[in-house]
Amino acid sequence: MKVYRFNPETDNEPHYDIFNVDANPYDRILDCLNKIRWEQDSSLAYRMSCAHGICGSDAVSINGIPSLACQKLIKDYDYKQELLIEPLKFFPITKDLIVDMEPFFKRIKSINQNQPSQTLDYSPEEERLQSIEERGKIDDAIKCILCGCCVAACPVILEQEQRFLGPAAILRAQKHIFDSRATDSVECMQVLEKPYGIWGCKSYYMCTVVCPKKIKVTEKILKTKKKIIQELHPKSEQS
Amino acid sequence: MIHEYDVVVVGGGIAGLYTALTAAEYCKVAVVSKVHVTRSHSVAAQGGIAASLGNEEEDHWEWHMYDTVKGSDYLADQDAVEILTKEAPEAIISLEHMGVPFTRNVEGKIEQRRFGGHTRNYGQASVKRACYVSDRTGRAIMDTLYDRCQTIGVDFFNEVFVLNLLFAGEHCCGVSGYDVATCKSEVFHAKAVVLASGGSGKIFKTTSNGFASTADGFALVLDSLIPLEDMEFVQFHPTGIYGFGILISEAARAEGGVLRNGIGERFMERYAPNLKDLAPRDIISRAILTEIKEGKGVNGKDYVSLDLTKIGKEKLIEKLPEISSFVQTYLGIDPSEMLVPVAPTCHYIMGGIPTDYEGRVLSDEGEHALAGLFAVGECACVSVHGANRLGCNSLIDLVVFGRRTGISAANHAKERKLPPLPQQAESIVVEKVTNLLSAKGKERAAVLRAEMQSVMTEKCSVFRNANELEQAQNQICQLENRLLNIGLDNKGKIFNYELQEALELSNMLKTAGVIVFSALQRKESRGAHYRNDYQDRNDEEGLRHSLVYLTPEGFKITYKPVSITRFTPENRRY
Repeated sequence: MKVYRFNPETDNEPHYDIFNVDANPYDRILDCLNKIRWEQDSSLAYRMSCAHGICGSDAVSINGIPSLACQKLIKDYDYKQELLIEPLKFFPITKDLIVDMEPFFKRIKSINQNQPSQTLDYSPEEERLQSIEERGKIDDAIKCILCGCCVAACPVILEQEQRFLGPAAILRAQKHIFDSRATDSVECMQVLEKPYGIWGCKSYYMCTVVCPKKIKVTEKILKTKKKIIQELHPKSEQS
Repeated sequence: MIHEYDVVVVGGGIAGLYTALTAAEYCKVAVVSKVHVTRSHSVAAQGGIAASLGNEEEDHWEWHMYDTVKGSDYLADQDAVEILTKEAPEAIISLEHMGVPFTRNVEGKIEQRRFGGHTRNYGQASVKRACYVSDRTGRAIMDTLYDRCQTIGVDFFNEVFVLNLLFAGEHCCGVSGYDVATCKSEVFHAKAVVLASGGSGKIFKTTSNGFASTADGFALVLDSLIPLEDMEFVQFHPTGIYGFGILISEAARAEGGVLRNGIGERFMERYAPNLKDLAPRDIISRAILTEIKEGKGVNGKDYVSLDLTKIGKEKLIEKLPEISSFVQTYLGIDPSEMLVPVAPTCHYIMGGIPTDYEGRVLSDEGEHALAGLFAVGECACVSVHGANRLGCNSLIDLVVFGRRTGISAANHAKERKLPPLPQQAESIVVEKVTNLLSAKGKERAAVLRAEMQSVMTEKCSVFRNANELEQAQNQICQLENRLLNIGLDNKGKIFNYELQEALELSNMLKTAGVIVFSALQRKESRGAHYRNDYQDRNDEEGLRHSLVYLTPEGFKITYKPVSITRFTPENRRY
């Protein structure tokens, strides 16, 4: 395995280290990283938590593609070849495979903060009804685990406009806008229309390609754009 | 750096976030977590959250209470279980109003499904009581609470590892730890501290728990001479993916999955003729291991099969999408066509930090509440789960007692001024971290941890006996001695996980010691604690909570009575 290394305490420049790891075809890439840290080099830094693709901690770039280290197994790659493990692109690199996720969570927060809260009353008397069909409209978006793979793969963010809101935050907004229970979808759509918002998306589909949870991210963004046109700019739709 | 808050919550899972959210309506709240809060292990909860809403069929909180008490093998405190089950429906409705995207039924109501040990009419047959969000219930609740916490203005301190509880006299007045990214000390000076630090699954070799479940909260209270309650009761979930330990929710069996042994027999019919594959977890885990011991594992190996083929592809994708993808990803198996190899996996600890119903930590058997210290969630022991927790009861525990704890912590904070900060608040962390970073011993944390996990798995898991527990006790003790001779190869200060893992190991070894000691003292079989040398439940001696202290002279055990209000203990048959 060829692993990206950078320790700001000692290194001026990043470099790559090669590690030989004994592994089975069904070992996770994360298992291999752990073997390195526990048996060969305890200074190797990467995040991990649940180890089965639900917490979103261990997104790294494997052979150039943003992926979860715990969701990819050795057998998924040609293991006669060297595996290249690098930190996610776009985010500032803190140490080795660890990046500063703050730019990611700031984007998510920019969506959350603008949602006027639904009631926080602990004792509302009844649940609100929602049909299976209505609920289905947000089914894809709730799969998001906030791993950041989509942002690290987005050509708009990587090559054109670093300030672009990015796929994960728009998906978060989609969940809210299409929730039949929400009373503030208009406000949420307005937030998406701010500079560097939803209209920055050029539908490259890279977010959809890399999403570890197989969310149809681009499709959700397009549906959201359509709803914004229909509800906020009905005239432009007619012309 | 020193931060001042009214309430500081340690841990950012569902218990921590719900507590923080509730308290933040009244005062200034911080959540401190050693992982980013959205990575906490609550996200791995799959199958559901229990409440007698009765959306699918008749249900009552009294039935839920009975099931919980019987499931606990009568060790749960019945007054606490009454609170849990009575308040569960409104807790679900509050979650729904916050925006949790529950799966719906044809009427548009929250859909409910069957779950292990949940029955109608006091044990008659399985009942649909589990509310859920397909098989990602924990993730969905976490996401909603995370959003709400941000809206209300809870401050998050991510990747800060707490090492000490701070006291001004008898009053808990904060915590101190270090920033994992820099090794710099962080002090949280507060009027109230809430521990919501989760479980300890990583003490065992095979577990459904994430890497962060390392008993940190348990060690914090043991260090402060506070006891731990009922720590002998560790839950092994019957269906972990073989070799990985990754959870396959009971929901898989609720939706029609069945367990089969090596000869294809649906063996649970013999162990629990009424509830069969939806019997409580302790019973099924023992059944699986008994089958394996009798040579009826699959191909003579140490696993059985979970047969999901009758559920059908469509329903698997609709109701169990995560589980289906786990099986596909990690085993390369299509669960609609092939049997899934499963074996018990360490899942949950029923025991924990003793608290009352408002989350106040009790420092002794006389129910003396410690001022300013609260605990909630898996790390706490109210006790609503007794000797064995029912599936779906943990998430509801987090919400019901998260709310109660949030209110009582906020009230406590409102009524008081900030107690003085102990002088050594910061230096105690700096010293601990510096000492460990410069430690030159020959032992390594990764090696000692692997040995601990083997010892605990082989000698203190589903089946126990005095001989092996005594061996385990000696071995854990030896490992603790070897830990004194630890050394670190990595002296760096930026994301030094060798340092963090050494500290976590110390927390786990302390807690493992308590688990083994408690298991050795309990000379009966009850719920998840099964002794081959004492196979029966003994209510005369055993119907009491154990409290274990870690004193300078070693472990000390005392007991306190179980609250029995409605249901007298009877034989537990399913």
